[in-house]
Amino acid sequence: MSREVVVTGMGMTTPVGGDVESNWEAILAGRPGIALIDEPWVKDHPARIAGIMAVDPLTILEKHETRRMDRSQQSALIAAREAWANAGSPEVDPERLGTVIATGIGGITSLMGSYDILLERGPSRISPHMVTMIMPNGPAAIVGLEFGARAGVHTPVSACSSGAEAISYAARMIQSGRADVVIAGGAEAAIHPITMAGFAAMRALSTRNDDPRAASRPYDIDRDGFVMGEGAGILILESEDHARSRGAVILGRYAGAGLTSDGHHIAQPDPEGAGAARAITFALEEAGLTPADIAHVNAHATSTPQGDIAEAAAIRRALGSATDTVYVAGTKSMTGHLLGGAGAIESIYSILAMRDRKAPPTANLDNIDPEIDLNVGNNGPVDLPQGDIAVLNNSFGFGGHDVAVIFRSV
Amino acid sequence: MSQEEVLSGLAIIVNEVAGVPVDQITMEKRFVDDLDVDSLSMVEVVMAAEDKWGVKIPDADAKNLVTVGDAVLYIEANS
Repeated sequence: MSREVVVTGMGMTTPVGGDVESNWEAILAGRPGIALIDEPWVKDHPARIAGIMAVDPLTILEKHETRRMDRSQQSALIAAREAWANAGSPEVDPERLGTVIATGIGGITSLMGSYDILLERGPSRISPHMVTMIMPNGPAAIVGLEFGARAGVHTPVSACSSGAEAISYAARMIQSGRADVVIAGGAEAAIHPITMAGFAAMRALSTRNDDPRAASRPYDIDRDGFVMGEGAGILILESEDHARSRGAVILGRYAGAGLTSDGHHIAQPDPEGAGAARAITFALEEAGLTPADIAHVNAHATSTPQGDIAEAAAIRRALGSATDTVYVAGTKSMTGHLLGGAGAIESIYSILAMRDRKAPPTANLDNIDPEIDLNVGNNGPVDLPQGDIAVLNNSFGFGGHDVAVIFRSV
Repeated sequence: MSQEEVLSGLAIIVNEVAGVPVDQITMEKRFVDDLDVDSLSMVEVVMAAEDKWGVKIPDADAKNLVTVGDAVLYIEANS
């Protein structure tokens, strides 16, 4: 029996849109969702901009749901409901249904808010839901409960590569025979004074406060750091046999993943991109593809000065001369950086690019950094070839995590 | 404070905590068996009632509040 893994559903909520199609319209149009943070606390911060979810979960979910769920859990549930409906609400044995949803940070806004209550009103006023709101496995657990998943609920945590790692883990669950359907992805909602201060202390954030929409500018010579984003992306992964037996629409094929680590520095990328290159090569090997088969790369491209150069080196090291023609895009130029959600939403954009044979632009790319030797562009969507193609999604995380995921067309 | 006032106030709390429609929250309903208010949500109901009416509801007493009516009478007697 074949254990091929296919994608049968997708859902998302991000700074550029509250569902998949509104996201894709904004991404193809090159429209950033970055704005000034409209909170009094930002005035003392060096970085005062972020990508807030375009549709506030509080306007979608019921009050009794939101009071017991962290914002990251709320975004995961919204995206999962969309993905599940998009997959045709599969009938699946609950013991063959799994959930793998990652987060980079967990329920930090709930943690900090609870700490404020503790200091102001004392221990008796802490919500009985506080613990399940702050635990990093919360988004996976909430979504697993919603759909009755009993094959396993898992949460890989690898900072900004967590979402991609979740997709890889989910695919393994199907390949190894543990599950027929897995709800997979990542969620993050960590925009809070403490995280904004912490990332700013690392000098990781853009401080282009006077022009928020232009702040996230991967590959541009004037990039000065990443912009925090929030939201979730969820994919329904399914064994091909299961999907075909129920007549599901197959949106794309999971082809393979590569996971490595730099062993270089806790937060800085290896400038040679060696670990990231090995991840890409392993993904190609698992997929049984060559560099020339990759038509498009949705790059990690966070808009940090060092990270973008290291990734460009990694892509060239792994893809060789095929790098000259493969079209690379950095969609964080529009969404900002969703940390543990990034690999999930960018996998969805990659699959949409194959569906429509259109790869998105990189917004704000006015003057390419001469050290970036990649085929990138800002002139609107680029047509991808017809026939069988593959797309690569890169995700890297603080801690030296390197994850590459490849999808193939149907 | 009348029994009706406590009941209507408690109904709003239970609605916000557990999503149960206000008109279903009547004196004879049992929190767990009829309204699907689990033990964690019951802690929230108790905390909100303490804040609203200035009562103290120790855990030893809270566990005896099986029905909405039990809670209404307790709050009425102790506030």
